[in-house]
Amino acid sequence: MSEMPFTAASFDKFCSEKKLMASKCKQCGTIWLPPRPLCTKCKGNQMEWVQLKGQGKLVSFTTIGVGTPTMIEAGYDRNHPYCSGVVELEEGPRFSAQILGVDVTHPENIKIGTPVTADFIERGSFSLVPAIANVRKTYLVFKAS
Amino acid sequence: MKMSKGKRKLGRGVAIVGAGMCKYGVRTGVSNREMFVEAFNNMRASVDRGIDLKDIEANYVGCCGAWVWETQAGIGKWCTDWAGLVPIPSTTVDNACASASVAIRQGIIGIASGLYDVVLAGGVEKMTTLPTNETTLVLATGADMTWEAYGGYTFPGLYATMATAHMHEYGTTPEDLMAVAIKNHDNAALNPMAQMPNTIRDFMNMRIAKCKEKGQPIPSWANEIEFLRDPVYNPAVAWPLKLFDCCPITDGAACVLIVAEEIAKSFTDTPIYVIGTGQASGGALHDRDSLTYIPAARIAAKNAYEMAGVGPKDIKIAEVHDCFTIAEVMAISDLGFFKPGKEAATAAAEGKTTRNGVKPINTSGGLKAKGHPVGATGAGMVFEIFEQMRGHAGKRQVPIDANLAITHNVGAHGTTVVVQIYERR
Repeated sequence: MSEMPFTAASFDKFCSEKKLMASKCKQCGTIWLPPRPLCTKCKGNQMEWVQLKGQGKLVSFTTIGVGTPTMIEAGYDRNHPYCSGVVELEEGPRFSAQILGVDVTHPENIKIGTPVTADFIERGSFSLVPAIANVRKTYLVFKAS
Repeated sequence: MKMSKGKRKLGRGVAIVGAGMCKYGVRTGVSNREMFVEAFNNMRASVDRGIDLKDIEANYVGCCGAWVWETQAGIGKWCTDWAGLVPIPSTTVDNACASASVAIRQGIIGIASGLYDVVLAGGVEKMTTLPTNETTLVLATGADMTWEAYGGYTFPGLYATMATAHMHEYGTTPEDLMAVAIKNHDNAALNPMAQMPNTIRDFMNMRIAKCKEKGQPIPSWANEIEFLRDPVYNPAVAWPLKLFDCCPITDGAACVLIVAEEIAKSFTDTPIYVIGTGQASGGALHDRDSLTYIPAARIAAKNAYEMAGVGPKDIKIAEVHDCFTIAEVMAISDLGFFKPGKEAATAAAEGKTTRNGVKPINTSGGLKAKGHPVGATGAGMVFEIFEQMRGHAGKRQVPIDANLAITHNVGAHGTTVVVQIYERR
């Protein structure tokens, strides 16, 4: 595991194994999610992978009816909106993800600060580059708990 | 190595002596370079004593999506060609929606460095060649495609998330945001170059006329706010933002003529001097401590104010980045005009930012109603400031002596911000 480069592709690989992995700076201890190869806090470049517990809270959110091609393909539209939000993990870092388990038809009732738990969902991806379009992968999402 | 991080100054004075824009809107059949020539010709006509095109030494053109909307890379070069300026150096600049401001800033730096005396700078964007859903995707590429689109984020979704945070922290209401749209549409109604030269009342009348024509029940809204609360006519795009909280998709171009201060008076008796410029970068939403302001905007503003030696209270008018209504609320507090939170959120509703208000904001109609051709927007802002400061803004001319002005242009959701300060002496 420690051999894996600190890339988005490695993160995706871990997600496919249902592991929420982040990079941790060996110098100052800051945890980076999304994982980064260079610590932008102390500028150190010695990192290690750490597994996060996947517990966090909702920092802010929106509900989207006209979604990204990936979400449209997943079946979301004006009549079936989805919630995207910024989550703050217990270990510190924040992440942008789809939020499940909230009432998307009444966004005014969704509360900032709602506790959420990491989950994994498989769906397609989108790219203007045909060779890498429609690749299915496992996404990190969060469920209101 | 010890380096001075103190106040930075331009190496020599810089002034704007000409500005032009084309009509913003759905410009079917007119390409980026052709719109650029329209803006260029209007700019030429604005130079009081004229400009010999042989004197222009470089051209900086902002554009962020010609590679997809027009399948053209390096569009700045073709703008330079069509303007009859080949073989001068031509630089295409992409900083998402702040592209033109970065292009203008590079022109300013080019003159301040002593390398050039006369520079053209501006931007273009042809956006209406794709269906709306595909254009929405292209706009999302301004954000982090790897880690924000990952979460299903569209571009309106990112600003909507900031709006949610603002409402949660300060009690900002949808009606506060609606007042921004009403104000900016009122201004655009007086701007013949605007994509939507219509008040919100005009839209209400259009809808009523359509219902009459189709023999449908006539809606009866008591006022603009009630119309904007109607989900049939103002549906959610990304909650809490609705259709009328969002700027339109726009084709457009604009450019300015920038010269060294010592030769400015040979072009006009009323140059507009650039006395402060600041540019800063920022990261993804999830890498920010707060979602109720744009950190890069505060840094760019601080640097511009320090260079200019003036403060927010001194500024008479401003064109700010209102791609969404919440963006104007954040802009006027990031620039220090109003306190962050309720004071900034209610400024439009309380009439403080109208043409006759204490701090007129977006007299052009803003991105919201004038239109937002993303790569050209920063230059369109300078065009409005140039017109207002010289008393040429016609029916939308502010009733005060607008001798000190600011432009505030945000790339994406705050990954680039350029703030510039202008003085008429």
